[in-house]
Amino acid sequence: MRVVLAEDLVLLRDGLELLLSAHGHDIVAAVESGPELSAALAEHRPDIAVVDVRLPPTYSDEGLQAALAARREQPGLPVLVLSQHVEQLYARELIADGAGGVGYLLKDRVSKADQFVDAVHTVAAGGTVMDPQVITRLLARNAYDEPLAMLTPRERDVLAMMAEGRSNAAIAQRLHFSEGAVSKHTSNIFAKLGLGASDDDNRRVLAVLAYLNGTRPE
Amino acid sequence: MSTPQSRGAEALRTALRALGRLAVFTLLIPVGAVLAVLFLVSFLLWVGVGMVPLFPVTTRVVRSAATAARWASGHWSQVPVPVPYVPRPALERTLHGWFWTGHDYHKNRWFAGFALKLRWLWNDPATWRDAGWLLVDPLIGGGIAATPVLLTGYGLYGLAQPVLPEPGPGYGLLPLPGLLGPLLGLVLVPAGLALAGPALHLHGRWTRSLLGPTERSRLAHRVEQLTEIRLDATEAQAAELRRIERDLHDGAQARLVAVSLRLGAVVPLIDRDPEKAKQVVTDAQENVTQALQELRDLVRGIHPPVLAERGLAEGIRALALDVPLKVEVRAELPGRAEAPVESAVYFAVSEALTNAVKHGDARHATVELTHAAGLLRAEVADDGRGGADPEGGSGLRGIQRRLAVFDGTLTLTSPPGGPTRLIMELPCVLSSPRTSSC
Repeated sequence: MRVVLAEDLVLLRDGLELLLSAHGHDIVAAVESGPELSAALAEHRPDIAVVDVRLPPTYSDEGLQAALAARREQPGLPVLVLSQHVEQLYARELIADGAGGVGYLLKDRVSKADQFVDAVHTVAAGGTVMDPQVITRLLARNAYDEPLAMLTPRERDVLAMMAEGRSNAAIAQRLHFSEGAVSKHTSNIFAKLGLGASDDDNRRVLAVLAYLNGTRPE
Repeated sequence: MSTPQSRGAEALRTALRALGRLAVFTLLIPVGAVLAVLFLVSFLLWVGVGMVPLFPVTTRVVRSAATAARWASGHWSQVPVPVPYVPRPALERTLHGWFWTGHDYHKNRWFAGFALKLRWLWNDPATWRDAGWLLVDPLIGGGIAATPVLLTGYGLYGLAQPVLPEPGPGYGLLPLPGLLGPLLGLVLVPAGLALAGPALHLHGRWTRSLLGPTERSRLAHRVEQLTEIRLDATEAQAAELRRIERDLHDGAQARLVAVSLRLGAVVPLIDRDPEKAKQVVTDAQENVTQALQELRDLVRGIHPPVLAERGLAEGIRALALDVPLKVEVRAELPGRAEAPVESAVYFAVSEALTNAVKHGDARHATVELTHAAGLLRAEVADDGRGGADPEGGSGLRGIQRRLAVFDGTLTLTSPPGGPTRLIMELPCVLSSPRTSSC
C-alpha cells in the first residue's frame, strides 16, 4: 500500500514509518506540516493517509482540515487521523460524508502495533475505525435515553464494538461468543434501535455512529 | 406590530410620564431650598461657633438627599449616577492600646473614632460637591424641572380662558383673552410636552455632573477594585498551579517511575523467565497508557484541545457533546477573542453545564454565544429544577472570579422549579474577520 504520513514530531514520524515499512507498506511521503500534507495528497493520491490532527504552522487542527479538504477533492480517500486526544466533534466531521474509509484513533494506540496495522488495513479497505474512547463517551451520553436504555448489558458491549468498526468475527473472538450469538445480538440491537440491518460491515458502523451521534435522518 | 396611532399614544404616554416626574421635582424645590438654608446655618455654626459635632449630622442629612437624587436620576431620568464616596476607613489599634486615625493617636476609642470620621468626611471631595449641589440645585435643577411643567400648566390655563369668568394673570394683559388664551395654549401645551423628555434627561445630567464621581474618585475606586481582583486572580492561579503539580506528582510522574522500575526488573527476567518478562512488559505498557490518559485529562482541565485548536464556539460545541445532557449551541461570533477571555468563558460555561447536570437534574440545555457593542455574551439555560443560589456554590463564585478578571459580570436567575438561566457578559474585542464556522 502507498501511504502518506503527516506527523510533526520526528520521533513518532520515524516510528510510524518504520512500523508501516516493516509491514510491507510503501511510505510515498512523510511530511510535517499542513500545506505539505495537502500537496502530498494531491500529488501522490495514496491508498491511505495517516494524519496527525495538530500540525504546523498554526498548530491548530491543520491536519484534520487538510484531510477533510482532500476527501472533498478525492471522495472516499482513506484517512486515518491520529491525535493526542479524541473529540466527538471531530469524529462527527470525519464520518459526516458517509463515505467510509475513515479512522480516528488516539496516538497511544500505536503502541499496540498489530491492532494499529489492522486499523490501517480496515480504513484503506474503505472501513471505519473509531477509537474506543469516542464510543465510550457516545454511549455514556445516550445511556439514559430510550431506546438505548432498553439494550441489555451484553447488547451494549456488542454495540460498542460494532461502533468501533469491528466485524462479527472480531467481536465474537473478543467477547468469547460464537459468531452466531453475535449476529443474533446485532439483529436484536438493530431491531431495538429501529435501524435497517445490513451485512456490510462499513455501512453498519456508519449507521450505528450516526445513530449515537443523534444525526440519523428521522 | 406598531401602528402610527399606537406609536403616537406611546410617545404621549412617555411625555406625560416625564412631565409627571418633573412635576415631582418641581414640588420638591421648596424642600431643597429649606435644606440649603439649614445647611448654611449649620455651616456657620461649625465654622463660626465651633459646633463641630454638628458636621457629621449635617453631612448625613445631605448624603441622604443626594442619595435620593441619585436614585431618581437613575430610575427616572435614566442617567445612572455612581456613588462617589470614599469608603469609610477602619480604626486601627496599636500594640500599646492607642488608636490610630491615620493622622494622630488617641487614647479614647470613641474620641478616636469620631476624629477619624470627621477626617474621613472632611477630606472626601464628594462631601463638598454634595454641599454645592444642595445649595444650587433648587435654582438650576429646579429651573430645569419647572420649565416644561410651568409651560404646560400655563398653556392649559390658557385653553381654559373662554370658560373662566375672569381673565387669568397674564392673559388679562392681552386683548381678546377669550381668543388668545386658547391659541397660546395650543402652542404652549405641546411645547411643554415636547420639552418634558429632554428636560428630564438634562436634569439627570445635571445631577450627575455634581453628584457623580469625579474622574479622580472614579480612578481611585477602579484601582481599589483592580487590586482586589489581582489578589483574587493571583490566588486562584497559585491554587491552580498547586493542583496541577499535585496531579502530575501523584499521577503521571508516579506511573512513569513504576514503568521505569518494571523495565529495570525485566532485563534479568528475559532469559530466565521469558513468560514472566512478557507479563512485566505488558504491565509497564498498561502503566504508560494510564499515564497518558491522566496527562490528557490534565491538559483538558488546563486548556481544552478543541478550544486551543478552533476557538470558543467550536470548543463549546465539543464540550456540549461530552456532557450527559442534550445541549443546543448557538454561536454567532464574527471572530476570536483573546485566548484568556475564551478560556474564562469556556470554563464558566463548562461549570454551568456541570451544575445543570449535577444539581439541577436537567435534561436539556441551550448555550448562546453572541458579541455586540463590544460585549461578549454567553447565556446558558437549562430545564432543571432551579433554585441555584448565587451565594451558595463555590462553583458560581469561581465563575464570578474568572470573569471579574476581565471586568465580566454574571447574572443568575434560578427560581425554584426552574428554569435556570446564567448570563455572562464581558467586554472584549474580537480579532480578525476569521468567521467561526457554525
